[in-house]
Amino acid sequence: MPRDHTDAHDPEITAIVMRHMGLEGPLLPILHALQGEFGYIPDAARPIICDALNITRAELHGVISFYHDFRSAPAAKHCLKICRAEACQAVGGKALSERVLAQLGLDWGARRADGALMVEPVYCLGLCACAPAAMLDGKLIARATVEKITARLTEAGL
Amino acid sequence: MKKIYVPRDAAAKALGSDEVATALAHALAARGEEAQIIRNGSRGMIWLEPLVEIEENGTRLAYGPIAADQVDDLLAGKITSLGPVEDIPFFAKQNRLTFARCGLIDPLSLADYRAHGGLMGLSRAAAMSAADIVAEVTASGLRGRGGAGFPTGIKWKTVAEASASQKYIVCNADEGDSGTFADRMIMEGDPFCLIEGMAIAGLATGATRGFVYIRSEYPDAIEVMEAAVTIARAEGVLGADVLGSGKAFDLEIRVGAGAYVCGEETSLLNSLEGKRGVVRAKPPLPALEGFMGRPTVVNNVLSLATIPVIFEKGAAHYASFGLGRSKGTMPIQIAGNVARGGLFETAFGMPLGALVNEIAGGTATGRPVKAVQVGGPLGAYMPPSKFDTPFAYEEFDGQGGLIGHAGVVVFDDSADMVQMARFAMEFCAVESCGKCTPCRIGAVRGVETIDRIAAGDATAIPLLTDLCETMKDGSLCALGGFTPYPVMSALQNFPDEFGATPADQAAQ
Ligand SMILES: Cc1cc2nc3c(=O)[nH]c(=O)nc-3n(C[C@H](O)[C@H](O)[C@H](O)COP(=O)(O)O)c2cc1C
Ligand code: SF4
Ligand code: FES
Ligand code: FES
Repeated sequence: MPRDHTDAHDPEITAIVMRHMGLEGPLLPILHALQGEFGYIPDAARPIICDALNITRAELHGVISFYHDFRSAPAAKHCLKICRAEACQAVGGKALSERVLAQLGLDWGARRADGALMVEPVYCLGLCACAPAAMLDGKLIARATVEKITARLTEAGL
Repeated sequence: MKKIYVPRDAAAKALGSDEVATALAHALAARGEEAQIIRNGSRGMIWLEPLVEIEENGTRLAYGPIAADQVDDLLAGKITSLGPVEDIPFFAKQNRLTFARCGLIDPLSLADYRAHGGLMGLSRAAAMSAADIVAEVTASGLRGRGGAGFPTGIKWKTVAEASASQKYIVCNADEGDSGTFADRMIMEGDPFCLIEGMAIAGLATGATRGFVYIRSEYPDAIEVMEAAVTIARAEGVLGADVLGSGKAFDLEIRVGAGAYVCGEETSLLNSLEGKRGVVRAKPPLPALEGFMGRPTVVNNVLSLATIPVIFEKGAAHYASFGLGRSKGTMPIQIAGNVARGGLFETAFGMPLGALVNEIAGGTATGRPVKAVQVGGPLGAYMPPSKFDTPFAYEEFDGQGGLIGHAGVVVFDDSADMVQMARFAMEFCAVESCGKCTPCRIGAVRGVETIDRIAAGDATAIPLLTDLCETMKDGSLCALGGFTPYPVMSALQNFPDEFGATPADQAAQ
């Protein structure tokens, strides 16, 4: 079978997949583990997962594409998420995200030209009592302002 | 030794509590002072976070919000205390049953947990028959806290009476509703309480395996729950012989992948099985054919975390709180544009207006309240004219609203209700699982129709009303079925903003 990947990853991918085979319903844990390791689900992983779980490539693709979290291509190095949901909107979240996007010259989901940063929408981070909320690489920012977010980006060298 | 509490709750951390804890450790060392820094959960007064507590002579004095550069002053006694936490009015007015320990104890100390009543419920349940456990839950009047308010005892009975070689307890910790964070808070602040509740559910139904499905947006909750499960297993709370009962129960933490619809129980089960999170038609009920087609209890975090106190204090005690068929207490989450946001656990029945104006202190901006969205993105916008509605299931239903997971999001008079209605449709379009046309396509049409209305085309209003009817009637689950609530409540309560003529208004 032709493979659309670099073989270098194979043993690692296989090891990750096998580590989860004892679970009931192992697919999401496998996808999370792969994405945790590589930053995305490498194409090389697809046949390995399909073989191990005895599912078709179409089924696997259906799952990967269903969930907002999983990506099939490398993500930007850093990811800024800004909450778009109601509690954040109640305290100016919409204007905040518009200003941050404008300042960065980015659209939702687009990568910066150097591949270092992308901004993604998120629907609630559980910080609704200290909104608006944002998250840079997993670190939460409450009562977010353009200044606070800019300071965090600068700290991260962005 | 002196104890200093600095919350590890995600909201406290997002407001700088990690930096405060680090600064405190350095300042203590510099002063040559010995004190134990405990990373507790949050007491729920989010506007005071980071809320630091210093325990001296058995009293915990609160200070907050504390910034990292204030710790020297704090240790030097130069900062005025808010007094004992329990005396702060927002806290003193609550009935804390489910959240009794949250913020009080070290979340990952099982000894602390036991010292504050933890495991008493499980010990009691372990000595009861399965049928008696179920009867106790039924007698407590507990209804599902995930939104639908279905009696928990009845659900458990169905699973208990089903025969199968394997049954499951699935905890729904997908908490996707905007304005809600109680599940997150209890997982971060009192994780053993949830584990204990799940173990009792296992004993009641004969289920020996469990899952907690936590949304990926909650990395802190995931971390604390995983650590708590490891400890519970090592201490015999989970495993082959739960607390020496001779019965087995163990559980696993699973992580969602950013799909709101996976909070719907059948979509969640598909997701756990490794499938697309598409909603399943009911019947079969998950109680009979759930995870892997086997009998499964699916309960919200708060439903399960309330079980221990019901067994510790008795069903009658729990049922003595509340209003009508809404028994017990509800951890209400007050969010959005409020002066005092946070978690307020109270007996059902408090009027919405009292929550918003007295407890939360009105808006943060000081402007008048325009509307309150209760129950997440599928909940209605309630105008101040409905503020006398008691916070309870049937009472909200009677006012065309729902309490859902008890999130209360406050908006001031600058809110644009047409845009809020548009957002509800947009959210439905983004998150639809795709199974039903009225939801998948209807929500997209809804956005377009509201854009026409926003552009001044009032003739589109009847179209929007029709579309909402179609979505209500033709959707399999509440995502498509309830999105009309926020949309229609915005239109009905704020018709002028939609440019509705008096004739349109009469037609609705
Ligand atoms: C679109 C949608 C999202 C939902 N999200 C959640 C959720 O995040 N957490 C939850 O407990 N229940 C959620 N529910 C309700 C669940 O389907 C289910 O009723 C609940 O988990 C049952 O537990 P309970 O009886 O303890 O409330 C959602 C329902 C729908 C239709
Ligand atoms: S109403 Fe929407 S989310 Fe619910 S089952 Fe239908 S398409 Fe899926
Ligand atoms: S709505 Fe933005 S954090 Fe909850
Ligand atoms: S993936 Fe972007 S912040 Fe976590």
